[in-house]
Amino acid sequence: MLDHELINRTLSTAMRTGGEFAEVFVEDKRSSSAVLDDGRVEELTSGRDRGAGIRVVVGDTTGFAHTADLSEAGLSAAAEAAAAAARGGGGGAKVVAVSPIDVERSAPVRIPPEDVAKATKVGLLTLANEAARAQGSAISQVSARYGDSRRRILVANSDGVLAEDDQVRTLFSVSCVASGDTGLQTGRESTGRTVGFELFDEADVEEMGRRAAERAITKLSARPAPSGAVPVVVGPGGGGVLFHEACGHGLEADLVGKGASVFANRVGEQVASPLVTLIDDGTMAGEWGHFAIDDEGRPAGHNVLIQDGVLTDYMWDQLRARKEGRLSSGNGRRQSYQHLPMVRMTNTYITAGHDDPEAIIADTDSGVYVAQLGGGQVNTATGDFVFGMTEAYLIENGEITDPIREGNLIGNGPEVLTRIDRLGHDFAMGSPGTCGKDGQGVPVGDGTPTLRVTSLTVGGTAA
Amino acid sequence: MSELLDIATRVAGWANDGEQVEAFVVHETETEVRAYEGEVESFTRAESQGVGVRVIVDGKQGYAYAGTLDDTALQETLREARDNASFAEPDEFNGLAVPDGVEPASLELWSDTVGAFPTEDKIALAIELERAALAADTRISGIESAEYIDTAYESAVATSTGIAAAARETGCYVSVYTLAEADGETQTGFGFSIGRDPSELDPAIAAADAADRATRLLGASKPGSERLTVVFDPWVTAQFLGIVGHTLTGEAVLKGRSMFADRLGDAVANPMITLVDDATDPAAFTASALDGEGIATRRTPLIVDGELQAFLHNAYSARRAGSSSTGSAVRGGFKSGPSVGAQALTLLPGTQSQADLIAGIDNGFLVQGVSGLHSGVNPVSGDFSTGAEGLRIRDGELAEPIREVTIASTVQRLLQDVTGIGDDLQWLPMSSAGVSLVVGDVTMSGA
Repeated sequence: MLDHELINRTLSTAMRTGGEFAEVFVEDKRSSSAVLDDGRVEELTSGRDRGAGIRVVVGDTTGFAHTADLSEAGLSAAAEAAAAAARGGGGGAKVVAVSPIDVERSAPVRIPPEDVAKATKVGLLTLANEAARAQGSAISQVSARYGDSRRRILVANSDGVLAEDDQVRTLFSVSCVASGDTGLQTGRESTGRTVGFELFDEADVEEMGRRAAERAITKLSARPAPSGAVPVVVGPGGGGVLFHEACGHGLEADLVGKGASVFANRVGEQVASPLVTLIDDGTMAGEWGHFAIDDEGRPAGHNVLIQDGVLTDYMWDQLRARKEGRLSSGNGRRQSYQHLPMVRMTNTYITAGHDDPEAIIADTDSGVYVAQLGGGQVNTATGDFVFGMTEAYLIENGEITDPIREGNLIGNGPEVLTRIDRLGHDFAMGSPGTCGKDGQGVPVGDGTPTLRVTSLTVGGTAA
Repeated sequence: MSELLDIATRVAGWANDGEQVEAFVVHETETEVRAYEGEVESFTRAESQGVGVRVIVDGKQGYAYAGTLDDTALQETLREARDNASFAEPDEFNGLAVPDGVEPASLELWSDTVGAFPTEDKIALAIELERAALAADTRISGIESAEYIDTAYESAVATSTGIAAAARETGCYVSVYTLAEADGETQTGFGFSIGRDPSELDPAIAAADAADRATRLLGASKPGSERLTVVFDPWVTAQFLGIVGHTLTGEAVLKGRSMFADRLGDAVANPMITLVDDATDPAAFTASALDGEGIATRRTPLIVDGELQAFLHNAYSARRAGSSSTGSAVRGGFKSGPSVGAQALTLLPGTQSQADLIAGIDNGFLVQGVSGLHSGVNPVSGDFSTGAEGLRIRDGELAEPIREVTIASTVQRLLQDVTGIGDDLQWLPMSSAGVSLVVGDVTMSGA
């Protein structure tokens, strides 16, 4: 993406005033999307963003500047601005020479989205729309969205690292509104993978349309959700968000380092039910949170965070790892070249257990079965978290019965982790997500088998 | 500023016969200083720009954007938007805004002081903020972040239909997140101070608020479930109004995604509710004389004495509804076209203080913070369920702190069940103002 000599000169400029560490992050991202709404293909959008972010570290201070000008002059100006921002004093000239690191490349994209005709992409939207509307006259509105992106990045730093990655992601979603005597209800279905247009070899957009429509129609007859603490069974793939919020964020080393995590100073301790093994794995080819290198040039890692309930490690980025004299775990990510990297999750999942999923439900007298979770939010310092249920049912006498209306579930991470008493053998990855932290969004994946939490507070209105 | 308008006008001028072209151009500079343990943790200087081009031809719409403003990029972006339009399906109501003769409000949103504010002073503000927050209460055990941010934002929009408008604004704020600790328990709080220029910032207030928010929840417990009266703190009300505003946009209404679609003229809220969107109010931090399509913003009463009176519109939704634009086109940057949204929502305040409102409640819950609004509130169905924390109200007085509960109702019912509005109206850093709000009969779910 950039000439190596130019990179060396830019890093040298960044280090000139006494920097201890300097980094150039170059990004060239092309995106395209198409939206169908209200029965017609409404708009196609495409765009390109490219630029470089330059970071200089002096002591505990990071200076950062970015530019959309990738010429020698533009990069040099950004390097000087970053160096000045880090307030480097004195220092002598430092020559930097980078060399490519050995990284296991991702499997090549089979069908680059840029090679696919726009008419073909648009055609998928129409198929999904028609399939959704065919589910019945109760379906009063359908929107469908196709999106793809190709993000090429280059990271070089004063430790001599030079690494590049080419990340292609493709996404498709359908949202339906059903209307009836009880008002309006919504249903959504989405799929997204770090692959090209071959996504649609597996993803059947008509089936997605039908499922989104069914979800909305089912909810028209939904009863109010219970109010209070009940046993909650979460279906396969659905529970990833729970762990993402309940403990994932709390295991990010930047928050741990500032004492803003309930999991600080607890490595080696039993923090969860012995059934729980939690892994964050950026190497999972094709998954939504996958990449070959993170946004600091580290290869993606397979990181065991909790083993049989015992906290084994946190997730690390370069800055926090340097302080501790260890290596980054490949969790340094950023939204774009305009942002500083920080510790982020990739694909976070709970490994499968041994229980028969049907037995888990049958063994639950009364409670709630959550088939699909929405987003969530956590306060890492207290561990209190919420997540939404977008498709859920009552469990009565060991059977799934009536659908219930949407709402949040609330719990406390450390408590909920110890209350997981059943784990199914039916592992699945969940829907593609965008994780927000400090104003930056990055793609993340998650997965779980069917699992049961003995007690979680359901935020409904039914007594 | 005129430079951006020149670029936008030039692109709009490239429109072919029978084609409408709109160019939206932005330029923004930002400085962010983060302090930690008395030192600068990070210092960011950011300068970004971009262009978004919308093309409408034969009723078909396409959009494209680029993060650079050189001529090659502009031409490529227009070409790409044109190509995108050719794959969309026609809509007779598609069309760019046209000048409507309404004069934009005269607002002074730019201060040269921001650009001239010395770097050392920015750093000093961030460090002082952190120091003040740590000193505010002995139970404050740490700081998650303490930062100073300033921005200078300029934009221009021009169309082949005669729109040529430019705007610029500055803003700055300090914000701090604190950790408080007592008896092995940790709680968090935030505080901020915001202004058009640094002289308006008050780090002491930000520090005191952050310390208060963190310490007031220490010792909080999780109560049982029951129905009770809740009082929304202004901060919570402002977030609730944001959801209501979404349901009153022409886009949601016309596309069958609003529960208020067929309710114009109906009593949708308690008669004490009057809700207005007015981006011309200079007190609002989101004040703006022009909307995202270059049309003058204006005051739009949405609910008056409980009766639904109007929806918000941009050029498209207005044309489709047979109405006129309320100057409510909003943009989330240059990477997407305008949608419809509220810009500065406010309730008509009442006459009682929050303490007076609380004095009239036997059994209630002062909700000081909510979480999971994005996951537990469905703006289409109106289902409303959020995590909540705050203080119990007993016999008209504030009592013990509570946490890890949810409150649930529906948007429709919450509006009807309002029984009191405070006099404590305050603009907050979001597109709505806050005020204390009393709502009866809400379900609190706990242990």
